[in-house]
Amino acid sequence: MDIRTPIPTNGGDWLTKFGETWKAQAEALRQKFGGAIEEIRMPPDYPTDVPIVYVRKEAVAEVLAHLKSDPAFEYGFLSDITATDEMTDPRFEVVYNLFSHVRFNRIRVKVRARDGEAVPTASSVWPAANWAEREVFDMFGIRFEGHPDLRRILMDERWVGHPLRKDYPLKGYQIFTDAEVIHPELLDKG
Amino acid sequence: MSNNSDPRTQLTLPSGITVEHDPDDLWSDSRMIVNIGPTHPAMHGALRMAAKLNGETIESSYCAFGYTHRAKEKLGENRTFHQFIVYTDRLNYCSSLVNNVTYAMAVEKLLGVEVPERAVWIRMIVSEIARVVDHLVCVGINAVDLGAFSFFLYGFHQREEAYTLIEKLCGARLTTSYTRIGGLMFDAPEGFEKELKAWVNRTRKVIDEMDRLLTGNKIWHQRTIGVGVFNKEACLKYSYTGPNARAAGIDVDLRRDQPSMFYKNVEFDVPVAQNGDVFDRYAVRIEEMRQSLNIIAQCADRMKKGPIWAEDKRVRIPDKDVVHNTMEGLIHHFKFFMTGFEVPEGEAYACFEAANGELGFYIVSKGAPRAHRMRIRGPSVYHYQGLSSMVRGEKIADMIAALGSINIIAGELDR
Repeated sequence: MDIRTPIPTNGGDWLTKFGETWKAQAEALRQKFGGAIEEIRMPPDYPTDVPIVYVRKEAVAEVLAHLKSDPAFEYGFLSDITATDEMTDPRFEVVYNLFSHVRFNRIRVKVRARDGEAVPTASSVWPAANWAEREVFDMFGIRFEGHPDLRRILMDERWVGHPLRKDYPLKGYQIFTDAEVIHPELLDKG
Repeated sequence: MSNNSDPRTQLTLPSGITVEHDPDDLWSDSRMIVNIGPTHPAMHGALRMAAKLNGETIESSYCAFGYTHRAKEKLGENRTFHQFIVYTDRLNYCSSLVNNVTYAMAVEKLLGVEVPERAVWIRMIVSEIARVVDHLVCVGINAVDLGAFSFFLYGFHQREEAYTLIEKLCGARLTTSYTRIGGLMFDAPEGFEKELKAWVNRTRKVIDEMDRLLTGNKIWHQRTIGVGVFNKEACLKYSYTGPNARAAGIDVDLRRDQPSMFYKNVEFDVPVAQNGDVFDRYAVRIEEMRQSLNIIAQCADRMKKGPIWAEDKRVRIPDKDVVHNTMEGLIHHFKFFMTGFEVPEGEAYACFEAANGELGFYIVSKGAPRAHRMRIRGPSVYHYQGLSSMVRGEKIADMIAALGSINIIAGELDR
């Protein structure tokens, strides 16, 4: 047995394992959602490790729910939600990294959003999306429509600006001398 | 007294949860808002929980964090790929080696660099040492929180010895920065395998001893069984990974199910429990330490002499005699440290089973020596998110048990 199995490099191991599955899934997504799928970037043609599905903003919750529960996909596990600031128009891309506990493969869903536009929340699909979306809001200022509790999460509530935007300085200090207070109204929600 | 033998009655709160109403408890039915943390000895790091109590029962709560936020993701966009290695140490500082390894894997994935065989075996060894250390800290501190102090000392002795082994590899005990892109900082010293195996054998005995000391203890059972229950559905909803998910019956381990490095070539079992309470999380961690020690022993047997750094001019720091004696070497050295190496355009999400669950680095590169986006997916964020619903309707002392058992590390939580 040759033990020199390399570390899966870009598109290497995963592509041979899941390439066919991904192709079939991309085709199924295009058929099901049609115009709601903007484009699909597949690994060997585009430098990425897993396929990237660009979804129109309005349809994202629907597509995510389908990816989560449909037997052809079964991406039941939300790995992560984050965003990137591309400094183009539209400015932001919200990134959903999904993982399947059935096939053990991954897929990435992206949504493009202009500055000031709201993206539908995924917290109805996965409650775990709640804090992840709060962090995206905190760091990039992207609002999520229908989010139950969209407050800042890492930065102080009184903070001005969104630190991970490309136009935010590396050393943008803001000093607060007194602590954040408790919000009793949050405790009444139950 | 009435004829009813049990004076306790069920009480339904306005929010719909049923709690036990105890007439002997003076404070029952009175509401109080308590702020726990951020600097409280029982909270593991600078975490804060605001809880509304009914007597001693947590009726509702919310969690806050961010007190040790160091803007690592922003720094990732402003430091070269080489410079960012030191920042990964300070994520989960109990198992910094796993962070180093995962970060290096992410950048190597983008670059398409293959790591030499010996370096991969050493990376697996250090990852597993870090996992053992992290689990020792977790079960030890969890037991201290519930009053079992001596249990913790058994584990901490082994932890110190593990740090001595790590020190032999990289000269540092806690903030290791051991991996380099494409390889390792230093090779393992002469006779390292032997010392490693001696440590493995000693640690096996200590873990058996710890197991005998606490697992059958009646007080431990009363404090942990059925406490802080987070079942399989809840774990999936809140994206739980690692030992916390496996304690609830989710049979997923990225080392086995999404193998990287040589995990295909070593034998180990993945312990899974069913109830998802504090006791099951403890039991899963104890068994995982044994499996990790098995992996370390297998790796120590199979690693052979060889290079520890990929022969790739882009990522390899030139040797010192080349730097000092040749013009090209000196230029190479300065270029490496002043501008860094360029990583081709693309994006990758590399993840690995860290001690607490899925640790992922999502890097988007635009062809520059600095990342366009450096996203760190720490397991603690998602674990902490589930805490409020985990402890709803439980006593405040059980919240401390639940918090210790899901092992939140503030460095990873706040990034």
